[in-house]
Amino acid sequence: MSVLVQFAIGLVFGLGLVVAGMSNPAKVLNFLDLGAIPSGGWDPSLAFVMAGGIAVTFVGYRLVLRRSQPIFGGTFHLPTSTDIDARIIAGPAIFGIGWGLAGFCPGPAFTALTVGGNPALIFVAAMMVGMGAARWLANRPAASLPVAPRA
Amino acid sequence: MAATDFTPVASLLGGALIGAAAVMLLAAKGRIAGVSGIAVRLLPPYADSELAGRIAFILGIVMAPLAVLLVTGTAPVPTIETGPALLALAGLLVGFGAVWGNGCTSGHGVCGLSRLSVRSLVATGVFMATAIATVFLTRHVL
Repeated sequence: MSVLVQFAIGLVFGLGLVVAGMSNPAKVLNFLDLGAIPSGGWDPSLAFVMAGGIAVTFVGYRLVLRRSQPIFGGTFHLPTSTDIDARIIAGPAIFGIGWGLAGFCPGPAFTALTVGGNPALIFVAAMMVGMGAARWLANRPAASLPVAPRA
Repeated sequence: MAATDFTPVASLLGGALIGAAAVMLLAAKGRIAGVSGIAVRLLPPYADSELAGRIAFILGIVMAPLAVLLVTGTAPVPTIETGPALLALAGLLVGFGAVWGNGCTSGHGVCGLSRLSVRSLVATGVFMATAIATVFLTRHVL
């Protein structure tokens, strides 16, 4: 039951990406292209995706968190880290360069697997390799040691 | 580059659907709907027993365009103008950066900002800035 529900939730998420136009890299790149504002080529649509997403989530999260636990049991897993460290700058900086090169971020890349042909396969395969590499690098024993041990 | 139409209503509606999915995932499983965080845990080794649910969620995203095709009769075909080598490089950077920074457009940009997370605000500001700079360089400078 829980697995079926998670499939349905993924389907709604993917439908949102398609309806929003975010599953189309051309639209994403035209949104990121602020240099096209003077020529009229800028497409501000994706600002509306973010606005719609945040509006619903902002209210919905607060309603859900009134519950003592999730519907399928367990506990709420919310990120607790508040550190502004090098990784929270470097990771998104690298992510943004890739996003700007092709117009795909992870969700839209997955929607493209069924309708985007070989280019989508290439992107998703490379993305999974990049994800695995980052996790491997982050989990190395040396990486978890403090850089400068304090006395 | 292909021109695209300004679609404020569809984009707002699509965004609301994405938000609704994020709310449902928190309600059902207590999890943040961060696609990169869920996708990286499809790779072994597995730390818990939630693999089937994660596969189902990603499979739902993958199948969404087919649902659109079924209902409207038109497949939402993406316009991909990037060549294979650059696509591979972009994929590596997107995958690496998302996991290194603990989130992508969904986890930081929608879920994190909704939780008023300062980390997510920083992350979203940084990836928007480098993405805009990259598009500016590739389209207007190089």
